Order: sequence, then C-alpha cells, then structure tokens
Amino acid sequence: MIEKALKGSPRYFGALMAFLAVMGIGAGFYLVQLNKGLTITGLSRDVSWGFYIAQFTYMVGVAASAVMLVLPYYFHHYKAYSKMIIMGEFLAIAAVIMCLGFIVIDIGQPQRMLNVLIFSTPNSVLFWDMVVLNGYLILNVVIGWTSLMAYWKRQTPPAWVKPLVYTSIIWAFSIHTVTAFLYAGLPGRHYWLTAILAARFLSSAFCSGPAILLLMTLLISKVTKFDPGKEAVKTLSTTITYAMCVNVFFFFLEVFTAFYSGMPGHKDPILFLFTGYEGHTYMTPFMWTAAAFALTSLFLLVPPKWRENRDVLVPALILLVIGTWIDKGMGLIAAGFTPNPFEKVTEYLPTGPELMIALMIYAVGGFVLTVLWKIALEVRAEVEGGL
Amino acid sequence: MQSSRRDFLKLAGVSALGLSAGTLGFLGEGARAADALPTATDFAKPSTAKRWAMVIDTAKFDDALFKKCIDACHSNHNVPEIEGKQQIKWIWTEDFEGAFPTERPAYLAEEQEHRKYLLLCNHCENPACVRVCPTKATFKNNEGLVIMDYHRCIGCRYCMAGCPYGARSFNFQDPAPHIKNINLQYPHRTRGVVEKCTFCVEKLAQGKLPLCVEASGGAMVFGDLTDPNSEVRKVLKHKYAIRRKPDVGTEPGVFYII
Repeated sequence: MIEKALKGSPRYFGALMAFLAVMGIGAGFYLVQLNKGLTITGLSRDVSWGFYIAQFTYMVGVAASAVMLVLPYYFHHYKAYSKMIIMGEFLAIAAVIMCLGFIVIDIGQPQRMLNVLIFSTPNSVLFWDMVVLNGYLILNVVIGWTSLMAYWKRQTPPAWVKPLVYTSIIWAFSIHTVTAFLYAGLPGRHYWLTAILAARFLSSAFCSGPAILLLMTLLISKVTKFDPGKEAVKTLSTTITYAMCVNVFFFFLEVFTAFYSGMPGHKDPILFLFTGYEGHTYMTPFMWTAAAFALTSLFLLVPPKWRENRDVLVPALILLVIGTWIDKGMGLIAAGFTPNPFEKVTEYLPTGPELMIALMIYAVGGFVLTVLWKIALEVRAEVEGGL
Repeated sequence: MQSSRRDFLKLAGVSALGLSAGTLGFLGEGARAADALPTATDFAKPSTAKRWAMVIDTAKFDDALFKKCIDACHSNHNVPEIEGKQQIKWIWTEDFEGAFPTERPAYLAEEQEHRKYLLLCNHCENPACVRVCPTKATFKNNEGLVIMDYHRCIGCRYCMAGCPYGARSFNFQDPAPHIKNINLQYPHRTRGVVEKCTFCVEKLAQGKLPLCVEASGGAMVFGDLTDPNSEVRKVLKHKYAIRRKPDVGTEPGVFYII
C-alpha cells in the first residue's frame, strides 16, 4: 500500500517539495537553537513556556478530534462517516507527530529526552502525557493502517481491530484531559488552576479539530475527485457548531467565576488578556480578534441554512479555527505566566527563529498528512474504480 | 534510596575535589585561587536535620548586607551574571508586594514598605516542583532539602511552571562565559538545565552553615524545624514570622520576621 505514496501528480510532489523546503529552512534555525540554546526564543525566567508548548497544546486538540467521527461511526454505526473516518484517523497521526515534535524542540536537553522513560515518574503529569500521546499514535497507526489494508483487499477488518477502536475512543478523551492536567494542577498559576480546564480543552478541541479536518477535506474534494458525502459534511458541521457553543459557554463560566467572585488572582490573567495589565497590552489585539472571530463564526454557523451553504460554511470555519488557535495557541500560555509569581508582567512574544522552528514542525505534519491522505485516496479510488 | 544518593554525592564531591586539586596548577589566572580544599575528614561530621528551615529577620538588612549575602551565594555557586529576562538568580531581593503578593498589602507601614525582602527557594514541605518533574531531576531528600540532579534534567521547565515562588532559573545559554571567576570547588551548570538554591547542601554535608546565613552575621538563622532547641525554633518562639503564599499549600521552609 505504501507504494501508492511514491507515484503521483506533479501537484502532489510539488506539495511534498514545498513541505520539505519549509522543513529545511526550519531545520536551519533549529540548528542555531541547538547551538545557542533556547536563548534565541522570546522565553524568559518568568514566561518559561511559550509558542512551542502552545502549539503542542493546540495540536493535541486536533489529534483528539478524530473521535468526533470515530465515536458516531463505531458506537452508533453512523455510516455517513465511512469515507471521512480514515481521513480523521490519519489527521490524528499527523497531529500527534507534531505534538511530539513540539515537545522535542522545546526541551533544553533533547538528547536526554529518554530520561522520561528511563526514570519514569508516575507523579509527573508529563510522564502520563508521554504515555497517552504515544499510545494514541500507535493506536491510530495500527487501526488506520489495518482498516485501510483490509478495505484495499476487499475484506472486513480483522476482529482484533474492534477492541482497539473502542480503546481509541476513550483514549482520545484522555490525551486532551491529561494535557489539560499538565496545567490545571499547578498552584499559583491562576488562569490554569480551574477544574473546568480539561472540559474547556475538550470543547475547543471538538470544534477546532473537526473544523480543520472539514476544511482540508473540502479542499481535497476541490483538487481531487474525492467526495466526503453531503450527509457527512452536514453532520460534521453540526457537531462543530455544538462544540463551539459549548466552548464559548465554558469561557463565560470562567469569566463569571473570576469577576463575580472578584478575586484578583482569577481576574488578573483575564484582564491581562483583554484589557492589559499594568500597561502591558500586547495581547489585547489578539484576544479581541479571537473573541470577534469566535462570535462571528457562531453567528454564521448556528442557522442551518447558512451552515449548509458552503460559501458561508468555509469562511465561518476559518474564523473558528483562527479564533480557537489564538485562544489556545497564544492566550492560554501567556495568561498562565502573567502576572508572574511577583505580580509583575514580563512580556513574551515569539521571535522569528522560534516561529520558523515551529513552522518546521507544522511542515512535518503537513508532509505526513499529505502522504497518508494520498495513500487513503488512492486506495479508495482503486477499490471503487474512480471516485 | 535518598540516603544512598546523599552518600554518593558526598563521595563524588570528594573525588571531584581531589581531581580539581590535581589540575589546579595548570589553570590560568581566570580561575580563582581555591581556598583550602575540603578533605574526607571535613565530611566526617555533617550537619543533619529532619527538616531544614530558615528564618530571615528582614529588619536587620540593608543594601550592603543584601549584597554580601547574594555575592556569597552567587560567587561560590558559579551563578552567572546575565542581564535581562533570561537571567539566573538563586537568591535575590523584591519589594513587599513582589515577595508577599497574596498579602495584598495596602497602607503598609512605611518601614515595611520601603524595605527589601530576600528571596530564595523555600525548600517546601510539599514542593510542587518535585511533584511535576518527569525525571526526578528535582527531588526532596530526607532532610527536607529540595535539590537537583543537573545531569538528569531534560530542561522541560515544568518545575518553573509549577513553582509558585519563581525560585527557579533556566540556563538558556552556556553559563560559563558569564561567570567572572569560576569557583573550582563547585561545578557550574550546562546549557539547557534548570537550577536553583540548594540551601547549600554541600556545606551542610561538611557540618557548615549555608553561605548566605554565614554572610548575614545573624540576620538569618538556620536549623532543624522539628527540633524545639534549634536556632530557628528559638527565634520563632518569640517573633511573629510569615511565609510566602501560604494559600498554595506548599509549606515553605523560609520564614520572614517582618
């Protein structure tokens, strides 16, 4: 089956070359980081995690989102997702690989990263995050590949795949829950110290991840003959809309708790994000953009008539993805570290090299996804005799 | 396991000192002439405690004394001097609001308001940094000291996110070029690892006091919190002392007489 990745149109290879080029440029910057250390980033003593860890957090959500297809398909035998399911599983593989990549580029001594295994420490959430991420990667590789192989051979998938599928459904919730626990269990980080953080992580994952999947599937259906099916698009966009409503609702729960209680520790990070704190307003334009995009996307997605119109759906999904990305990929980490333990502000914005290195990981994900989706689409074309 | 690690550290310390003594003659003027090197007999009578703790009498400090204490620590432990937000500090000063933000100080007595407060790792009873460390590079020994194995640290900086006191620093770069006079009796760190105050675990192993306590001339007191006859308990019996951020439940081992 893998040989299907080796033949393709100039457009396919062009895309791969483009990803390789970005990877190459990013790798150059990463060499500089290996040489000079994380000093090339905008990180500091006070904001010790930044863009890399934020992207890792966002991508965990994208990985977990495959469950929004897998669950209805396997638990409720919702057949409309039969064409999409493999795309979701392969997107999860690419997303987890990116997650692991973002962690590797973030640590100060990457050559020692296996210490997490050698000196495995069950009281550290980071240990469990490693376990669930790698487990989810293996599950999706095995399930996705075996199912596609069986489909290619016109057979039913082997019986042992079923229990793995059910495991993967529960596992998907665990990867984002454990990632939320990385943050939610820390004393003195008020923005993260909230019981609803894991729920917020899941709700934002279940809207943004399927939104990315749907956007890319619609793109693929434009450039190839692949058609996910009208029903699948309709149901998935409804799921996205519900999840986004829950996501926004959960955020307002945080706002209520912070401002009705009036406790400074809870209010300060939110004030920092939306009004600035002690004159530091560098995050406010981003956060208001995120809020505006989130609400606009809901406004466009909620009425079924607009949601079912692709000319409205696509821009709405793009707004949703950008809005949730700013919230998690920028705001979450910055507000966790601001104000710092001394109630002061140390500004953090990623540097150019930092962005380029992160782009390298995104290119790795794009490369993996392109190859995997190519295989999946070719197999489908072969079995069904043209799409 | 903890005590065997301590024994190992002691042994390693002694052997390393032996090595540095042997190579001292070949080094240029950059290296500081070492004091009398500790020998195995110096480690024969270590100071021991069930729970080490410190009391800082904040009224007794002025700028000169702060400098003396910080210099004693930073120069002996090869803490690099790096300017800016990627700096490294083991012991430093803050104003009242920075040191005790959860006290929400308002209408503070003038004397306390203008005073600076000496901050360092609190060597907590329930250290969040130890809880989160994925490799046990940060660990608490059986005397209540929160210390680090720099060779095991992967530089994930989870401990920095976990510490509510901002007591930890990360080596964003190689610290060696930023150390004016390298103290050959103490290792400097490598790039990519976290470091912090250790309550001078290496001095306690020789039966000595931490360097800052020694330099403070009585403004800081050090001892076993579980021993009613220790110096810290004697002071705490008579003076009202507070700890930083008691609400986070880490039970700090550093007390401040205000």
